[in-house]
Amino acid sequence: MKFTQSPAVRVGLSISIATGLYGVSFGALSVTSGLDFWQTMALSLLLFSGGSQFAFIGVVAGGGSGVAAMSAATLLGMRNGIYGMQLNALLQPRGWRRFAAAHVTIDESTATSTGQTDPAEQRRGFWTAGIGIFVLWNLFTAVGALAGSALGDPKQWGLDGAAVAAFLGLLWPRLKGREPVAIAVVCALATVLAVPFVPAGVPILVSALVAAVVGWFSHGRSDEGLEPDVDPYAEPHHVVGRGPGEAS
Amino acid sequence: MTLWLWLLLSCVLAYAWKLVGYLVPATLLRNPRMSRIAGTMTIGLLASLTVVNTVASGQSLALDARLGALAAAAVALWFRAPFLVVVLAGAGAAAGLRLLGWN
Repeated sequence: MKFTQSPAVRVGLSISIATGLYGVSFGALSVTSGLDFWQTMALSLLLFSGGSQFAFIGVVAGGGSGVAAMSAATLLGMRNGIYGMQLNALLQPRGWRRFAAAHVTIDESTATSTGQTDPAEQRRGFWTAGIGIFVLWNLFTAVGALAGSALGDPKQWGLDGAAVAAFLGLLWPRLKGREPVAIAVVCALATVLAVPFVPAGVPILVSALVAAVVGWFSHGRSDEGLEPDVDPYAEPHHVVGRGPGEAS
Repeated sequence: MTLWLWLLLSCVLAYAWKLVGYLVPATLLRNPRMSRIAGTMTIGLLASLTVVNTVASGQSLALDARLGALAAAAVALWFRAPFLVVVLAGAGAAAGLRLLGWN
């Protein structure tokens, strides 16, 4: 099969463009949160996980400490370990490829790969989405960071509102079913209650603890909340389902 | 300077999570409870980050134009707008409300 005729490659490319583009919002928000250009680029190049990157700058923007920012980013990165385990079983990369595969193991590359059934397609989907997003995400982070630092007063442009929207946008696709919604509401309440009493950034960690306790005792689906930020198979003409119990 | 330190440490830890899945035998990791916690924690953290960025202002709570951004983003998401449109809706709502004099 020719490279461009592979459905996984096509999905991988379109998800790369969709995800890469919103690197602009990350870059702009990051510099207006107080990070400089190279700190912003370091997050996109080295940390490379959208949710964790937004978490890091979100805590810094709210006046939280570096430790709190690191903790929030790291806790949010835990799900990538679960993805790594799934992908290792699926793709079985060997040698240096394993280390490269780990770096581009994110929501979107995982979803593109696991949405395919043929092993060769799974491999193509993973690498196309992984590498494509890495390149475009970094490119558009740089564009956003340069544009953001030229904007002047970030509040006048509503960039604090953009951050709110970005987090809601990351949360939204994971709210499928009653339990995820309940967890989100409980954690939102816990955050509001904690804000006046603990230093900035800590309410986020309090709510992570609440969510972990719920996860420990609950008996819900084991992949709950592990939905990608952007669903590569959302378009109606794809018939491939994404996971157990999902009609997509 | 210390921010750089925490930032680079975050990068190392993020890569460590990713790599663990590839290097640790699957039998050790295939624990439904662990993946459930990874999932519920993702939801909890993102919900909390949304709230903090909407109503927290340091250690106090404030109701301002950011609430409008939250509402606009929710409407955009309801209509299945792409992520970038959602972000722009949030920014536009906050900027617009400020123009109208609501901080």
